[in-house]
Amino acid sequence: MSAFVGKYADELIKTAKYIATPGKGILAADESTGTIGKRFSGINVENIESNRQALRELLFTSPGALPCLSGVILFEETLYQKTSDGKPFVEFLQENGVIPGIKVDKGVVDLAGTNGETTTQGLDSLGARCQEYYKAGARFAKWRAVLKIGATEPSELSIQENAKGLARYAIICQENGLVPIVEPEVLTDGSHDIKKCAAVTETVLSAVYKALNDHHVLLEGTLLKPNMVTPGSDSAKVAPEVIAEYTVTALRRTVPPAVPGIVFLSGGQSEEEATLNLNAMNKLDLLKPWTLTFSFGRALQQSTLKAWGGKKENVAKAQATFLVRCKANSDATLGKYIAGASGDSAASESLFVKGYSY
Amino acid sequence: MRFYCFETSADELIANAAYIGTPGKGILAADESTGTIGKRLASINVENVETNRRALRELLFTAPGALPCLSGVILFEETLYQKSSDGKLFVDILKEGGVLPGIKVDKGTVELAGTNGETTTQGLDGLGERCKKYYEAGARFAKWRAVLKIGENEPSEHSIHENAYGLARYAVICQENGLVPIVEPEILVDGSHDIHKCAAVTERVLAACYKALSDHHVLLEGTLLKPNMVTPGSDSAKVAPEVIAEHTVRALQRTVPAAVPAIVFLSGGQSEEEATKNLNAMNQLKTKKPWSLSFSFGRALQQSTLKTWAGKEENVKAAQEALYVRCKANSEATLGTYKGDAKLGDGAAESLHVKDYKY
Repeated sequence: MSAFVGKYADELIKTAKYIATPGKGILAADESTGTIGKRFSGINVENIESNRQALRELLFTSPGALPCLSGVILFEETLYQKTSDGKPFVEFLQENGVIPGIKVDKGVVDLAGTNGETTTQGLDSLGARCQEYYKAGARFAKWRAVLKIGATEPSELSIQENAKGLARYAIICQENGLVPIVEPEVLTDGSHDIKKCAAVTETVLSAVYKALNDHHVLLEGTLLKPNMVTPGSDSAKVAPEVIAEYTVTALRRTVPPAVPGIVFLSGGQSEEEATLNLNAMNKLDLLKPWTLTFSFGRALQQSTLKAWGGKKENVAKAQATFLVRCKANSDATLGKYIAGASGDSAASESLFVKGYSY
Repeated sequence: MRFYCFETSADELIANAAYIGTPGKGILAADESTGTIGKRLASINVENVETNRRALRELLFTAPGALPCLSGVILFEETLYQKSSDGKLFVDILKEGGVLPGIKVDKGTVELAGTNGETTTQGLDGLGERCKKYYEAGARFAKWRAVLKIGENEPSEHSIHENAYGLARYAVICQENGLVPIVEPEILVDGSHDIHKCAAVTERVLAACYKALSDHHVLLEGTLLKPNMVTPGSDSAKVAPEVIAEHTVRALQRTVPAAVPAIVFLSGGQSEEEATKNLNAMNQLKTKKPWSLSFSFGRALQQSTLKTWAGKEENVKAAQEALYVRCKANSEATLGTYKGDAKLGDGAAESLHVKDYKY
């Protein structure tokens, strides 16, 4: 058998295609309780359930924002939360043409015998969990695998482990009606140049697609969430056009045309950088058989968080800020973004944190 | 590093691979080894001597109107050094006609011990040196045929791995020496399996091939793929060209990266007309195809030409017309404009399937 065509096949293909609609992208709002705590402490907000609910309500009800989005990734807690009007977030999103997604991995653990390389956990009872999430309204999932570049990294072990973990996660999702977003993030940390990042990204993606094939994953019902190809965080920056060329070339060499959409992670890039890079990719005159869009967390929320500061009286201003980033990235998926759309200095702030642990 | 080679050669490989994929053109596979061409000649009662082999290839390469339909011709080593009766090197005739000369570099298959008749392909020894010589003689692309079969337990993981990694090693050696490698993982049509089985095996084999090519740092933009079409087994009921087209293109969408500029199908045991109709249907299909879809046909281009020629000088003109008819039909098929109205030559509709065909 080639691809597994179970009872959800048609729905998976339709959902994946919808998420990849040009002009739309994904808001990654799936920060775990621990991670959102770090964001909150950065703006002096207490990490309690009502504040977490307030932030997500702020984002989802921002006037004009949802039309720029095809999906939102949620953390489990948020999947069951409601607006202050008492409407489940999931329903609110669905009514506005946005598909709810769910983070299903359980974080990374070290691979013994390696130099700090990791694998991702979360396969135990994943099928049963996916079924519950599907009942709650989720239609896609996300699992983040992490690799790093170093003198001897990523190791063959790390590449194999992470690729296989992603493949196993992906097929389990498809068996249970969720479109798997496959995320093999190669961290930017390091002093390597863009060519090194390109070589590693190609090697990793090649291994990932071999593993997906081995596990009979239906590629038409998946999405890819890769890093952009950039110089290391300790190296000199390059122009968006250069990032675009290396990134699209790497994808053309590894991602089969059957995949409907590629939704980039932003890593440590500033809001503006991430948008400019995505825009450059969509302007590039190279044949691209998948749509190129965003799945941004920090790069969509950074200035919004700062504008909010946890205060009710700042909500409207924060929502206006959020709309600016949503619109900018929506334009970027069409190659129509004009730089400097936001005068907000926060938009240009690097969001890079060395050795970032989610 | 992704691709280990001199930077200037990379541009040449990319340009040549792209040229071979020019819409409206394709490849004539005229690389039958001495043994294999002997079988063809025997079927038309022609003696397998050098002059006859030379005469046949001259007939093909000088056929009026044929070369404009072609972007490449694959040659056997002997032919690379042969000349027309005017004394002009065949490679020069081809080059002047806008056709890139290619060269078959594998040395046939040998059995894999412990398997049920599965094989691997030999030819890696001294391959770099041989490629250099072929490049000097005018060749700009190469071909290496790996063979897999479908059965109860076939293809085995062992066979898939051996053949994929043999192809990858051949491919990178070619690129180091200026030749665009055609990667050919042929899955034989023999068997009673249905089209879904063929699709599943094809996808598995191609996925393994592209993993191997990646591991060996092959520059995909400077390669071509020569796969089988996805069809029912030879002992199963036939299906329409549109069905073959759908399953074939889907299998390729799931496995062949967009960086590969062109896919040049082998014809296997298909008749001339079948092969053309299937290729045409693929090019009419409205779906994502980031690579061009063309032909690299041997029997499916030469069958009626051979029959018409029958080794006789007085038949050369008619034989050349027969070749032109097939070239034109396939050229149109690469554009999806073939109307199925080619004047069927003697044997154009005849199946060319030979069970467990050995080249």
